[in-house]
Amino acid sequence: MVLLRLILKNTLRHRLRTALTVAGLFVAVLAFGLLQTVVGAWYAGAENASSARLVTRNAISLVFPLPLTYRPKLAAIDGVRATTHANWFGGIYKEAKNFFPQFAVDTETYFKLYPEYLLSEDALRSFQRDRRGAVVGRKLAERYGFKVGDTVTLKGTIFPGNWEFIVRGIYDGRDAKTDTNQFFLHWNYVNEVMKKTIPRRANSVGVYVLEIDDPSRAAQISLEADRLFKNSQAETLTETEQAFQLGFVSMTEAIVMAIRAVSYLVILIILAVMANTLSMTARERTREYATLKALGFAPGFIVALIMGESLTLALIGGGLGMAALLPIAQAFGTAMGSLFPVFYVSSSTLFAQLVCALAVGVIAAIAPAVSAARVNIVNGLRHVA
Amino acid sequence: MSAIVSLRHVSKSYSRGQQRVPVLIDLSFEIAEGEFLALMGPSGSGKSTLLNLIAGIDQPDTGELIVAGENIATLPERALADWRARTIGFIFQFYNLMPVLSALENVELPLLLTDLSRRERLARARLALDMVGLSDRLDHKPTELSGGQQQRVAIARALVTDARLIVADEPTGDLDRDSASEILAMLQQLNRELNKTIIMVTHDARAAAQASAIMHLEKGALLEREALDSPAP
Repeated sequence: MVLLRLILKNTLRHRLRTALTVAGLFVAVLAFGLLQTVVGAWYAGAENASSARLVTRNAISLVFPLPLTYRPKLAAIDGVRATTHANWFGGIYKEAKNFFPQFAVDTETYFKLYPEYLLSEDALRSFQRDRRGAVVGRKLAERYGFKVGDTVTLKGTIFPGNWEFIVRGIYDGRDAKTDTNQFFLHWNYVNEVMKKTIPRRANSVGVYVLEIDDPSRAAQISLEADRLFKNSQAETLTETEQAFQLGFVSMTEAIVMAIRAVSYLVILIILAVMANTLSMTARERTREYATLKALGFAPGFIVALIMGESLTLALIGGGLGMAALLPIAQAFGTAMGSLFPVFYVSSSTLFAQLVCALAVGVIAAIAPAVSAARVNIVNGLRHVA
Repeated sequence: MSAIVSLRHVSKSYSRGQQRVPVLIDLSFEIAEGEFLALMGPSGSGKSTLLNLIAGIDQPDTGELIVAGENIATLPERALADWRARTIGFIFQFYNLMPVLSALENVELPLLLTDLSRRERLARARLALDMVGLSDRLDHKPTELSGGQQQRVAIARALVTDARLIVADEPTGDLDRDSASEILAMLQQLNRELNKTIIMVTHDARAAAQASAIMHLEKGALLEREALDSPAP
């Protein structure tokens, strides 16, 4: 108890220095948490991918479509339980900056393969009945104020023309990790228009999604799927949904790595600042430590004093940083809009913040604590702060 | 009276660059229990080094140094720290109180190394502060006390563990004349009434005159030991 009292009193001894150190730790731990959340958001699609879903696309590039005729062949593969297909629509809502993902999907099957999109039966039926119908995610609806019955006009970039859709349902996510920032429309509707306007682009599919019985057979089924279309005009590449999503992440891997590096750099900087502060503090108190040793206190007591002070600072600063992360991340996520469709603070990020704060507290105190514990009593008593 | 301090051929030197500079040279003497000894000598004579050796915060190069029945020249660091906590009361020139602790907490500090309960510790610390006339300053921080009062807190801290030997390094060196007189009177009282052995390093002949004996050192050797029959009042 006396040790704790002494630690607390020492911590509050130079209030300005303590306040500035805590402020530094707060900013560093908060920045670390925010950057880690950004990295997490980058990988959210891959992390939330189902292991029971495979994605089949054109082997050359995602830009090139696959024939609609592939679907029954894919469905016939042993181990494939269900199939669906989708096309990237890529329309502009009012202005190009209003980006959000839009997919033309097979309305009869798509939502069966994505149980994480929670849509009421009525809404689904209403969507399926209306070829111009659309289903939007909750976050997207809140962002643009879409309501059921609203007409949303998209200017096609891949599929030319102005496309009018009527919102027939709003889906929710099964959990915070589910992307509710998407816009789904009828593949059939787009296909019919294509048949009339650009017939060569009709009956083509961007990706097939295969639901499989046994995720452990994913590699085998993928190989089998691709073997079916070997040496055809449109060879396929089948991979797990996670690998498919990671393919997008890898395009920006350097940025992700840079963000990750900066997050650790911030912690290293505050570690250096804290170590310097503690060294300065310990140097100023050399005579006190020498006095304690003269009175009979063991070096361990002095180590505990410095370590305790350092951990107190780290926990206060780190705790504040952790507490501030949730509201700041929420505001940041909102400001980023659809850039990060899934932006949430995970428990592992909070845990990493705590670990970093504690690590800073411990590591920063090592050198000053060891040096103070080793102080020669006679020299220490002569020390002038 | 039996000897509480016994030195046999004690030498001590320090390194200065490549050179060894002798500070104490083959010292042999005894200090009786209950004595109030003033160590005097010019700067560099080795009096503070001698005090540090006797207090167990420094180690001789050679010789035997028995204090309170323990050959402290051979004790390992941990055992020496425990021995100091049990045996020695320190009074420093600049008081060396913990600035963040109150007078009461400063005096309680050495008792943390004992098995006493908090209640017992506080009772003892209050008693010690009462003995030095500071019972009305228990909650004052060192910065809220005068130099004389701070030194009295330091004396209470030295007393509180019932140390057999009190070592004082220039205890009046940072005090005005009146405060110095008060502190010296207090040390004399401790020596006479509580039979505490006190070894005091001082430059001040007036302060040394309060002791029961004066030991003069010069260039690391014992020059003279002078017994004072009746210390100055």
